[in-house]
Amino acid sequence: MIANVAVKNYPQAPIDISEAIRYAGGGKSEEILLLANSCAEEINGKLRGSVCYVLLDVEIKEDVCDFGVFRVTSENLAKNLCGAEKVILFGATVGVEIDRLIAKYSKSSQTRAVMLAGLGAERIEALCDSFCADMEKELNVKLKPRFSPGYGDLDISMQREIFRVLDCPKRIGLCLTESMLMTPSKSVTAFVGII
Amino acid sequence: MDFFNFLKNNTVYLDGGMGTLLQKEGLLAGEHPEMWNITHPDVIRKTHMDYYNAGSNVVSTNTFGANILKFSEEELDEIVKAAIENANAARRGVKGENKFVALDIGPTGKLLKPLGDLDFEDAVAVFAETVKFGVKYGVDLIIIETMNDSYETKAALLAVKENSTLPVIVTNAYGADGKLMTGASPAAMVAMLEGMGADAIGANCSLGPKQLMGVAEELLRVASVPVVMKPNAGLPSVCDGKTVYDVDAEEFSVDIETLIDMGVRVVGGCCGTTPEYIKAVTEKTKKKSPKDIIDKEITFISSYTHAVTFGKAPVLIGERINPTGKKRLKQALIENDLDYILGEGVNQEEKGVHVLDVNVGLPDIDEPKMLCRVIDELQAVTDLPLQIDTSNTVAMERAMRRYNGKAMINSVNGKAESMESVFPLVAKYGGVVVALTLDERGIPDSAEERFLIAKRILREAEKYGIKKKDIIFDTLAMTISADINAARATLGALKLIREKLGCHTSLGVSNVSFGLPLRDAVNSTFFAMALENGLSAAIMNPHSQEMMRTYYSYNALSGNDENCASYIEAAETFGSIVNAASLTNEKKCTAEYSSELEKAIVKGFKEKAGEITSLMLSSRVALDIVNENIIPALNIVGKGFEEKRIYLPQLLMSAESAKSAFEVIKKHMAEKGSGAADKGRIVIATVKGDIHDIGKNIVKLLLENYGFSVIDMGKDVSPEDIVEKTVELKAPIVGLSALMTTTVPAMEDTIKLLRKEAPWCKIIVGGAVLTEEYAIRIGADKYASDAMEAVRYAEEICVQK
Repeated sequence: MIANVAVKNYPQAPIDISEAIRYAGGGKSEEILLLANSCAEEINGKLRGSVCYVLLDVEIKEDVCDFGVFRVTSENLAKNLCGAEKVILFGATVGVEIDRLIAKYSKSSQTRAVMLAGLGAERIEALCDSFCADMEKELNVKLKPRFSPGYGDLDISMQREIFRVLDCPKRIGLCLTESMLMTPSKSVTAFVGII
Repeated sequence: MDFFNFLKNNTVYLDGGMGTLLQKEGLLAGEHPEMWNITHPDVIRKTHMDYYNAGSNVVSTNTFGANILKFSEEELDEIVKAAIENANAARRGVKGENKFVALDIGPTGKLLKPLGDLDFEDAVAVFAETVKFGVKYGVDLIIIETMNDSYETKAALLAVKENSTLPVIVTNAYGADGKLMTGASPAAMVAMLEGMGADAIGANCSLGPKQLMGVAEELLRVASVPVVMKPNAGLPSVCDGKTVYDVDAEEFSVDIETLIDMGVRVVGGCCGTTPEYIKAVTEKTKKKSPKDIIDKEITFISSYTHAVTFGKAPVLIGERINPTGKKRLKQALIENDLDYILGEGVNQEEKGVHVLDVNVGLPDIDEPKMLCRVIDELQAVTDLPLQIDTSNTVAMERAMRRYNGKAMINSVNGKAESMESVFPLVAKYGGVVVALTLDERGIPDSAEERFLIAKRILREAEKYGIKKKDIIFDTLAMTISADINAARATLGALKLIREKLGCHTSLGVSNVSFGLPLRDAVNSTFFAMALENGLSAAIMNPHSQEMMRTYYSYNALSGNDENCASYIEAAETFGSIVNAASLTNEKKCTAEYSSELEKAIVKGFKEKAGEITSLMLSSRVALDIVNENIIPALNIVGKGFEEKRIYLPQLLMSAESAKSAFEVIKKHMAEKGSGAADKGRIVIATVKGDIHDIGKNIVKLLLENYGFSVIDMGKDVSPEDIVEKTVELKAPIVGLSALMTTTVPAMEDTIKLLRKEAPWCKIIVGGAVLTEEYAIRIGADKYASDAMEAVRYAEEICVQK
């Protein structure tokens, strides 16, 4: 029997400003730093970090990964999960507020919009890191690097299957558009092999 | 007894969780629980029966995810039919009175535009299908539940109201911060849902009863309909691969008892609760007499995040999005320059207004279409509630329908025709409507006559079920330059209405000074006088320092500003006058820059660039400023970016500073009646299916900087629309953006159609997944890896022409 899909919520982890600037396109000037800090202040406390996940068994034969609930043919994923017998499949999002702010500033300040997008990227990566660190501790295991649909030869249409199993809209408000984009946009789905 | 009457006089017990019970019976992750109505009717019926036997008055059909996005129409018909039959069979199998069956409606699983890709009207259509089947097979009421977005909740309630006359309960999923996932507060939800005629409003799912106490309090404080609470069995944790909840039946029933004592009238459970929980609740509380439902008499409007209440501090309504007397805005409307209009919205928000007035009425403009577009787009960039300001009732209805919240409507008046067309809209969509005290005979001179019209308007509104609290009177400010007693009549009527009718009031303050010099002085004094006579809201210009000073001073003087904190904070921004000399003093700038404007642009000082330009215009020709100062500055930055000496955020800061300089020049030219010369028209869009537009916006900004006239069609644009616009404008260049491998095919389709219908145009493409080779393969003329490359290419093409 398949384990239940569970949900974890995370408070905001400290922001890595230089990482956010890197995502936004870089730059070291005083003005850029000021801008990045003021954007960080603006999102402070406004983002939610939610993750829904499930533990799945995996059987890997050549380039086919069989998770029980579905099978995936992908050389890169098979290589990534090599040696794992279990995986965590998760969906994570920092919510809609960052998208709102980006949309707002795209009408009044493109610079701010770009910096906020950089911060959003930093935030979702930080959320995934927190979640994975948390799971390593909770399960007392080591986790392999995350692998998401769209990486290498893992087809993005895989998202439909992932959403079906995790029921992301109901659990964490993460939705999928017809063209496989995730909304809110600062979101991640990924497989993580357990060793 | 029917459900309406039962709800009026009793505490109503709903059922508890269904999903968790089905999982125990073997429902797998990824399997549709709704199918179990057909495949396992015995399990579903037993669950319903257990709830009825535990004391539930209402069981919800197992139709949470039953909609046409997940199932075909035939499947949906079958599922809803079976689900209702299962609930009815359970009801036949139990004893006792007052057992009802509710059609259960959950979210679509899609995020609505602008955050997602589901259009509001499509969402209404999705819900309507489920409602129609529910009505066809017969239920006692409808429950809309677990909605985490206010817009989707509105779509669902609208679908129910348009396709049934059944009672309807609406519950939302609030997070730990007491708000919906998309940001709405309980008060915002109550304002909107009450206005649309929900019979009971509340919260379900996401948290346990203890964590939802704050939400319950807030709902009870503002709601004039019964409040519903259907919490989870506490908070979940995973134990041996299974989800367990931390509140047991006994503790749950104690918490629900507290909620009932607070005044909650409809109770039940959500995830993790079982018939055992409902039994504990009914046994503990069935002897309690329910608290009365009291009309809270709150006048409030809402956006998708918060409510604005009238009656405490004055409400400021920004007047800048209205073309009357504003040439630059007129030009923007005619040219479809939505960014300018949206910028006006954002700027007013920054100045501290609480509501934005939106009026786009111009001759030769398709007002319903334009108003809806502006309302849609404004709601993507600001969370202020909007005042829909139009005399075109078609435009009014469309805007009210699409508005995400409870809107303010401007306006109705004492003419029979006006009331007959506006009041039905307010009754259907909800809203607070501004009523002008004029009628068929015009605007009465005296305060008393205006007061009489107000009374008549109230009586008429009542016939449509519109309450006094949802009408705000505007006693019409007229210019004192035409009639020296005009202000006194306006203020007199204001006072009478406030004191004798107890209604709230609003005025378009700025009208009072029309035709006079130094209008701000008259306006702000009149504003203060009106406030003292009971004015609740003012349509005003927030860029007027005098008006803002009056506002903050009044609040402090009337005891509405604790420790004068807001006044002191605002005072810091008062009186900052730009020193003209310091800005244009060419000697001040270092040898690095040829002028202060060049420096401001290169350094990315946005506001300063605009200020300097506006001073320079008094002594120099606009075109010279562009050629001698702005373009050289842009070249410095552009070159630096191309040589990788400066980074994207810096490039953008400079581009925005140049834009702010250009905006000043554009305004100057619009006032002089001359259009700006442009290098050529470029149509740009993010292709169908793609909703990322940051890259496209950057390209647009840079192209505009370099003198191109950019027609931005937005994101998720169909090939047909892009082609139509390109042909219409005979645009020489089209720019397309796509971020995902899944949306590149849409880009390819667009290019194919462009080649056929607009063979003259050159096509530039860009986006994260594209490469030079890929771009050529899909038929583009040019792949631009960044915005500067797009600019250089566009210049090349336009020079050739």
